[in-house]
Amino acid sequence: MAEFLDDFLFTYQNLVYSLGVNGLLALSIYVVLAVGQLSIGQAAFMGLGAYVSALLTVKLGVAFPLVLLAAMITPALAALVVGAPTLRLSGVYLALATIGLGEVQRIVFINAEFTGGALGLSGIPTRGGLISIYGSLALALVAFVCVARSKIGRAMEAMREDELAAGALGVDLPAYKLGALVVSAMLAGLAGALNAHVSSFISPNDYGFDAAVTILSFALLGGIGSPFGPVLGAFILTLLPEVLRPLADYKTVVNGAIIVVAVIFMPRGLLAWRMGRAGAAFRRPK
Amino acid sequence: MSAPSLEIAQLTVRFGGLAAVDDVSFAVAPGRVHGLIGPNGAGKTTLFNLVCGLVAPTSGAIRLDGQRIDALPSWGRSKLGLARTFQNIRMFNDMSVLETVMTGMHAGLAESLPAVLLRLPSFRRAERAALEKAWELIDFVGLADAAQRRSGDLPYGDQRRLEIARALACEPRLLLLDEPAAGMNPSETHALEELLERLKGRGVTMLLVEHDMHFVMRLCDEITVLNFGRKIAQGAPVDVRADPAVVEAYLGAKVARSLEAPR
Ligand SMILES: Nc1ncnc2c1ncn2[C@@H]1O[C@H](COP(=O)(O)OP(=O)(O)OP(=O)(O)O)[C@@H](O)[C@H]1O
Ligand SMILES: [Mg+2]
Repeated sequence: MAEFLDDFLFTYQNLVYSLGVNGLLALSIYVVLAVGQLSIGQAAFMGLGAYVSALLTVKLGVAFPLVLLAAMITPALAALVVGAPTLRLSGVYLALATIGLGEVQRIVFINAEFTGGALGLSGIPTRGGLISIYGSLALALVAFVCVARSKIGRAMEAMREDELAAGALGVDLPAYKLGALVVSAMLAGLAGALNAHVSSFISPNDYGFDAAVTILSFALLGGIGSPFGPVLGAFILTLLPEVLRPLADYKTVVNGAIIVVAVIFMPRGLLAWRMGRAGAAFRRPK
Repeated sequence: MSAPSLEIAQLTVRFGGLAAVDDVSFAVAPGRVHGLIGPNGAGKTTLFNLVCGLVAPTSGAIRLDGQRIDALPSWGRSKLGLARTFQNIRMFNDMSVLETVMTGMHAGLAESLPAVLLRLPSFRRAERAALEKAWELIDFVGLADAAQRRSGDLPYGDQRRLEIARALACEPRLLLLDEPAAGMNPSETHALEELLERLKGRGVTMLLVEHDMHFVMRLCDEITVLNFGRKIAQGAPVDVRADPAVVEAYLGAKVARSLEAPR
């Protein structure tokens, strides 16, 4: 059994890492969508985390826990800078600003000397691995479930159902939107750092618009009724290309077709199930 | 004398060329039910939106318990004890009736993020208390049988009562009701009137917009009449319904006469 597991891990190591990393990325877009906002900046936040962490490890030899911390704080600051002015405006501005952030960042990474230019950074030593990745994913999931089942979760759902009514009931809309974006950036940065330290190589084009859309599609496919939906979406969209590999040239077409069909027939996502919480299915107290 | 619960002073808002609310002033004393009536498009809902912070005034002042609130965002005003219902119902469709009411308690619920994440006893206590209070409120508005139903699936009249329960959940000092009886059948309207009477008995201050004149005249202590954004009359129900300007602009002679005789 143990031997089989070792063989399996050896063959599919990268896939197993990707599943966990993409699960984290799915949760990072989930927090933003859960308050009714749209960000196309998850890949940029991820890239920031990846570059900051790789540089700290490679150039300065900083300890891994501190590297992870920096990989979360840096994108959080970027989220504050991008989010604070745009979240007071209507939803589209955040989406536009985060696309802008991604592009600016890509150009900086390509042109700056110390980030390795278009070739990116290579020779990043392996750190973390399975335990860090799946530990982070599990912790994040538990935290989101706790939050969803509290007044914060109710406020978030109220905001995405009817922002105006939520505000009139006392929900501090800018604080919630900014809070969600910052948490989202931290998670994406963490995912970027964990990923960089298991793949040894990162390049500016890994974190472009394509990646941002892929991350968004995790949540759209899985549904945002609970934090489990986006993670399921990420797992499916990560596994699908592998499963379809025998189809060779038709792989991308079939992959795309499956996503389109799922979104058309299940507009609320594959996992439409909604997070239960106090008052949702409780018996009357005696 | 204590400050009025709500005081509106020379309040004006312009949408382009249209003065939707035009130099309106009035005050609502604590514990009273104040009616706001007038023809369609008179500016009643706009005035509500001004009071609760969804529309910014062009000029004028709004005070809640003597404190200026016109610069605060809507959530800041809610924290000071202002709650409202909407003319076009605004439901959180996927929430159960109980959850919807608990959402209304947002500002008053002490649940810190660490307590939430660690599910500390303080969090559990707060949730349990909130759930109990939600049960009381849906009992009070007569929705206990629908407690676990999806809010969006309730019939229209029940959704209006749920909006009232959700607004009451924050224990407001002032409750704004925008056409609570709209779309209700006579028996539902009757139940609503009885509900508002009970609220009044509890001392809740209310500002009420409603087109059902019998309802308004019976419930309100005082009435302000708007027409094209301007205040054209104010006073006790008996005086307002006899006011020629009000009869001409809004009530019409027939309704005015029917209001003379108690139904
Ligand atoms: N945001 C807005 N922008 C432009 N015009 C508006 C806006 N809100 C309201 N109005 C206009 O202001 C006027 C007053 O509208 P309001 O909804 O306050 O009337 P009302 O007295 O509530 O009427 P009803 O009895 O039909 O509900 C109307 O002419 C309306 O078209
Ligand atoms: Mg109106």
